[in-house]
Amino acid sequence: MKNKPETKPLEHIRNFSIIAHIDHGKSTLADRLIQSCGGLEEREMSEQVLDNTDIERERGITIKAQTVRLAYKAKDGIEYQLNLMDTPGHVDFTYEVSRSLASCEGSLLVVDATQGVEAQTLANVYQALDNNHEIVTVVNKIDLPSSDIENAKQQVEDVIGLDASEAVPCSGKTGIGIDNLLEAIVTKLPPPHKGDSDAPTKALLVDSWYDSYLGVVILVRVIDGYLKKGQKIKFMRAGATREIDRVGMFTPKKVMLDALGPGEMGFITASIKEISETRVGDTITDDKYPCDTPLDGFKPSVPMVFCSFYPVDQSDFEKLRDSLGKVQLNDASLHFEMESSQALGLGFRCGFLGLLHMEIIQERLEREFDLDLIPTAPSVVYKINMTNGEQIELYNPVDMPDVVKIKSIEEPWIKATIMVPDEYLGGLLQLCQDRRGVQENLTYAGDRAMLVYRLPLNEVVFDFYDRLKSISKGYASFDYELDGYGENDLVKLDIRVNDEPVDALAMIVHRSVAEGRGRQLCERLKELIPRQMFKIAIQAAIGGKIIARENVSAMRKDVTAKCYGGDVSRKKKLLEKQKKGKAKMRQYGNVDIPQSAFIAALKMGDN
Amino acid sequence: MLPLSIYFHWPFCASKCPYCDFNVHVNDAVDIARWRAAYLSALRHYARGYVGRKVTSIFFGGGTPSLMPPDLAADIIAEVRTLWPVDDDVEITLEANPTSSERQKFAAFKQAGINRLSLGVQALNDADLSFLGRAHDAGQALAAIETAKSVFDRFSFDLIYARPDQSLKAWEEELKRAAELAAGHLSLYQLTVERNTPFYLKHARGEFYLPEDGMAADFYMLTQDILGAAGLPAYEVSNHAAPGHESRHNLVYWHYGDYLGIGPGAHGRITSHNKVRYATRDHYAPEKWLQWVEERGAGAHEMEVLSDWDQGAEGLMMGLRLYQGINIAPFRQFIDLKAIDRLASEGWLCYDEGHLKLTPDGMLRLNMILPYLIKDETDA
Ligand SMILES: Nc1nc2c(ncn2[C@@H]2O[C@H](COP(=O)(O)OP(=O)(O)OP(=O)(O)O)[C@@H](O)[C@H]2O)c(=O)[nH]1
Ligand SMILES: C[S@@+](CC[C@H](N)C(=O)[O-])C[C@H]1O[C@@H](n2cnc3c(N)ncnc32)[C@H](O)[C@@H]1O
Ligand code: SF4
Ligand SMILES: [Mg+2]
Repeated sequence: MKNKPETKPLEHIRNFSIIAHIDHGKSTLADRLIQSCGGLEEREMSEQVLDNTDIERERGITIKAQTVRLAYKAKDGIEYQLNLMDTPGHVDFTYEVSRSLASCEGSLLVVDATQGVEAQTLANVYQALDNNHEIVTVVNKIDLPSSDIENAKQQVEDVIGLDASEAVPCSGKTGIGIDNLLEAIVTKLPPPHKGDSDAPTKALLVDSWYDSYLGVVILVRVIDGYLKKGQKIKFMRAGATREIDRVGMFTPKKVMLDALGPGEMGFITASIKEISETRVGDTITDDKYPCDTPLDGFKPSVPMVFCSFYPVDQSDFEKLRDSLGKVQLNDASLHFEMESSQALGLGFRCGFLGLLHMEIIQERLEREFDLDLIPTAPSVVYKINMTNGEQIELYNPVDMPDVVKIKSIEEPWIKATIMVPDEYLGGLLQLCQDRRGVQENLTYAGDRAMLVYRLPLNEVVFDFYDRLKSISKGYASFDYELDGYGENDLVKLDIRVNDEPVDALAMIVHRSVAEGRGRQLCERLKELIPRQMFKIAIQAAIGGKIIARENVSAMRKDVTAKCYGGDVSRKKKLLEKQKKGKAKMRQYGNVDIPQSAFIAALKMGDN
Repeated sequence: MLPLSIYFHWPFCASKCPYCDFNVHVNDAVDIARWRAAYLSALRHYARGYVGRKVTSIFFGGGTPSLMPPDLAADIIAEVRTLWPVDDDVEITLEANPTSSERQKFAAFKQAGINRLSLGVQALNDADLSFLGRAHDAGQALAAIETAKSVFDRFSFDLIYARPDQSLKAWEEELKRAAELAAGHLSLYQLTVERNTPFYLKHARGEFYLPEDGMAADFYMLTQDILGAAGLPAYEVSNHAAPGHESRHNLVYWHYGDYLGIGPGAHGRITSHNKVRYATRDHYAPEKWLQWVEERGAGAHEMEVLSDWDQGAEGLMMGLRLYQGINIAPFRQFIDLKAIDRLASEGWLCYDEGHLKLTPDGMLRLNMILPYLIKDETDA
């Protein structure tokens, strides 16, 4: 490289993530740091400025990690470059956290002084330690009267095992302690470990998303060398070559730069149309002078929960395809594939990181693209061991092979960590037991229990989180990670209407609950399907054996008594209305079932 | 040349019945001269377009057209006779309510040219008449029936049944009495709760209940049995007649023939000389209708061309109401033939050599059968 651009020396850079349990105040703390460093003026500030999507703002949670560069003039007189990454706290978005952690060297561990250590505090801090992070503990929300700084510190020591003697008390709300925190960041967190300005360009592709002004924007962390405007770069794993057309940083405003140097974070654009061309975790290098070995990158995100979306109005199918594509532009963790259902028409099987993720995607589709959707019941991926030795991954219960060809079925398990005040422990143990859980560990930290359970994921995806919150009056916290597959006595539960299976209602359940579920669904459908000309038989079946049945009796009379004064038009309107209604129905052996009945049956989930 | 029927709508009643959703207004000061001029002018307007067609029936409906001065009916009938050739056997029906004041006008109506009377009796006991909000009692009804029978050769009356709390037994007795009182024709309508009526609200509030569909079916079947045995079989869903006493005017509707609809909210179906079939609907509001006719000659504010499917669907909807059934030749392309087999196997219809007719069990289910049988517009 001939003329080296002017960038910050490594010693004056600090890259760090802000991690915590959900709602412990990460984004609010980020606001104060941004403000103190003058990243935004007073009038430009809003609460949790980094939560910039409508859904984030409405729900008050962070979904997408955000990176901001701040300039901090420290007490030693040096102006440091701080690259701050605000991460989401919800368990569905752990993947976002893991990427941020892999891109920097330090973490601010935020603990709410009124709550103490919670399940995601633990999960996230262990991930940070796995990434060899230095950690600055921040005891937050000390402005609240119910805050207990000492107790929070004690828990950090007892439950996590971190030294909390130098924890920084502060309030993201009032700003007390922020100065101390900034000093702690520059004195306690390390600068980037290595970074050779003479070596060939080597940068980590941390994230990418679609921006309506800039096109595909790539967030990078430079390890060695530089990224400059006009430079021809290569994506090592993807194999593609591009020319950088913009280099910049977020302060959080977009500010254009000439180059990014070793240890720095920022963004580039390179006339890329589709984010599918940019794989997070890829290594970016110079096309002419490439580095030898790519970085380790990230593990790909695995969708855990699946469900299908069908447009209520079948003519919206293409629009749905288009919209899913657009959502995927800035959410690569969304997976989708076309499928067709007899009950619901054409739609898409989608994979999500968790239930909240699923809910958010549905909301975005409905709001941003004005679609009316029918989501099917969420399900997980099963592994089917066939008698011929083959193993099949089952993404949709409808595709379950013939039972006689199945040797065994495996389902995904998770390892759940639950933190709960003592008084609610009994209720939670019962809940875990009911959901086929296996207890692994139970320890105490003060008056709180930490419970480790193995549970089938299938039992968690429906309403486990809601149940946990209601049993513990909101005090329990929960985190989980995938923990392999295990065989179980699982069966496919089919619902049939006039002897035809309704694919949208098929589900895989444990044999012990199959009959109850089947009976419940039959009863509900009986309420939901309006009576009509023919009798309707509703049945629940397990592998061909009927376990529950209900009938919707036929309607014996429906005729307009008087047809007065030759008013045929009114009768024809009725006919047209009936015909229109029919278009929204599905035929089952000569019976029309309104789609709304399926929707309602699906909405009821399990309870 | 196609025959022609004419319906006149008289939109006024002495009071409004709580179940009725017809285009009806209560007005004590109807400007008869204005209405006379309007009806005549509307007739003349149509006469220009449909010259030379033979008029086979005229119907004065409402509302309560028996509230009209008889000479108004006479003028209208006379005008029809000057504008078109009229069949020797023309049927001219007037709807009447059985109050005493109206009964006294029956003879004058006969004088005016009316040759068939249709009387709105509705019930033969005082309690039910009062529930139905009628202005007459059972005594007045019986007197009106007697007068009508003595004045008119052809006469029918209406009853509303399957009333709240009515038992099958009570209906059986009332019906047998009705059969004895009848002169060849009866219209028997199951009570329907219509939107925008006081009954709708009362029903929604649970102040009364209608028989559920199974019971309603029993009421219907009982009615078929009793009147069949009394020599008054049903020839349409709700209409019974001794052979030869069917209402010729109403048969035109069910055979989907041509009729002019004149008066507020009246419907017409009419074929033009170049074979285009139109649906007409006069302006609904009486005052507007009058103004419209005064300004432009006719009250039709909509004339819609009926597509082939429209005509097929309407023809089937009307034709299948008749117990004699229909010849499906003109309708074949609008019918889902597979559905015929399925419906026949349930015993709801008979199909034989191109002739399709519903059984009483099928009639009961007509509203569900029609969308099942008639193809979608896009598939036909
Ligand atoms: N009183 C007080 N409230 C705070 C403080 N910090 C945050 N909050 C409040 O706590 C709630 C959560 O704050 P956020 O900053 O959104 O929390 P978060 O950790 O970013 O949440 P997720 O991104 O969803 O995990 C909000 O209602 C904040 O106003 C604080 O220091 N004091
Ligand atoms: C236009 S109305 C009758 C005319 C006349 N004004 C009368 O009430 O006697 C024709 C017939 O329809 C029937 N009818 C009207 N509304 C009804 C309803 N809601 N349910 C059942 N039959 C009804 C009555 O039998 C009525 O006689
Ligand atoms: S039922 Fe007859 S009298 Fe009663 S409001 Fe209707 S049209 Fe008038
Ligand atoms: Mg946040």
